[in-house]
Amino acid sequence: MNGMSKHSLDARGLLCPIPVIRAQELARTLTAGDLVELVATDPGVMHDVPAWCRVHGHDVITSKEQDDEYLIQFKIGTG
Amino acid sequence: MTPNAKRKAVALISGGLDSMLAAKVIMEQGIDVHGVNFFTGFCVEGHTSAIRERHKIKPKRNNALWCAEQLGIPLHIIDISNEYKDIVLNPKHGYGQHLNPCLDCKIFMVNQASASAYAADHGFDFVVTGEVIGQRPKSQRREAMPVIARESGAGDRLLRPLCALNLEPTLPEREGWVDRARLFGFHGRDRKPQIELAKHFGFEDFAQPAGGCCFLTDKYYSAKFADLLRARGKRDYELDDIMLLKVGRHMRPTDRFKLIIGRDQGENKYLLGYQKRFLNLRMVSHEGPLTLIDGAPNDQDIELAMRIVARYSQGRNADQVEMKVTWPDRQERLVRVVPLTPTEIPDEWHV
Repeated sequence: MNGMSKHSLDARGLLCPIPVIRAQELARTLTAGDLVELVATDPGVMHDVPAWCRVHGHDVITSKEQDDEYLIQFKIGTG
Repeated sequence: MTPNAKRKAVALISGGLDSMLAAKVIMEQGIDVHGVNFFTGFCVEGHTSAIRERHKIKPKRNNALWCAEQLGIPLHIIDISNEYKDIVLNPKHGYGQHLNPCLDCKIFMVNQASASAYAADHGFDFVVTGEVIGQRPKSQRREAMPVIARESGAGDRLLRPLCALNLEPTLPEREGWVDRARLFGFHGRDRKPQIELAKHFGFEDFAQPAGGCCFLTDKYYSAKFADLLRARGKRDYELDDIMLLKVGRHMRPTDRFKLIIGRDQGENKYLLGYQKRFLNLRMVSHEGPLTLIDGAPNDQDIELAMRIVARYSQGRNADQVEMKVTWPDRQERLVRVVPLTPTEIPDEWHV
């Protein structure tokens, strides 16, 4: 067992870059391999969160729009 | 391994071209550069395009993140929205053309870049900014450069690679961490040297916001902000106050209240998030905006507010429209009102 844990981040009602800042704050407390599921209402997250993941070495697993909400799941990298 | 391999710098990344170039110039000298970007609450960064329906075709990228990606560096976004209040409300060096405290802002950001917990964790040797002497009238005057270095506490660990040749050598130059001969002497408002350098580095599609990256340089936004402070009777604000100044049509018919009227579906949707905290108006009989009422309106004020909002609905030419008023305690009332005519809405009501 690798100890990987799953975390939810509710960023609904927040405008970018606040969802990214919240993701950054959460990521600082996690370890490589942990999963984060972020839900937001600002469509900007569909661009910003993957961009933030790329510059920090995290992996976006899925991203989708569903009922006017944006769901992004990413895995914390080793960087 | 070069002697520079272990030197680390933190670069202020605003999302504009100059800060991206400054970071790149230093990276080219083998320095390990990290980016920092600050969220003040007044940042332009995508907010309006995220809210307004008509901007939906525009890409909704965060320019600071985009720059970091182009540069291949980590970017740490620091939320300074709370501490920033004192900078905006009590700027030691005063305001620029509007309510933009650019000089105090730059001093604060350089200080945060060099003295924040993030900086302490990483042990940066110096700070890099994209400042160019004469580029901006308030914060990038020649006389302002030493003030920023001194008052930020960065001193001669503050390096401006794009205009370094016009300034005294800084510690990184004197110590040989960076080669001064490979820095630049840009000055003034001419953008050609930066465009040429961007081309040299292969940067395309970079952002060049005319008023910078801050809403406080916008005269309409600043007017709304000044109105908010005046109406509240105190120099204070919350983050939601300044976020709402970016949204909707703002009208203040009396000192007792202000209307924030959604201008399209995107803004209505955004305002929905605030409906439980404000007295709000929704059209029932016709298509129309969602409206928040900020302040303490009396019954006559609420009726006037409804008649104004009706003017901005599809029922503007109807004899009467029906509207739902909802108070923050969830009490509701359906009311019929006659829309105001255009001549009954004085220009001075528009904030």
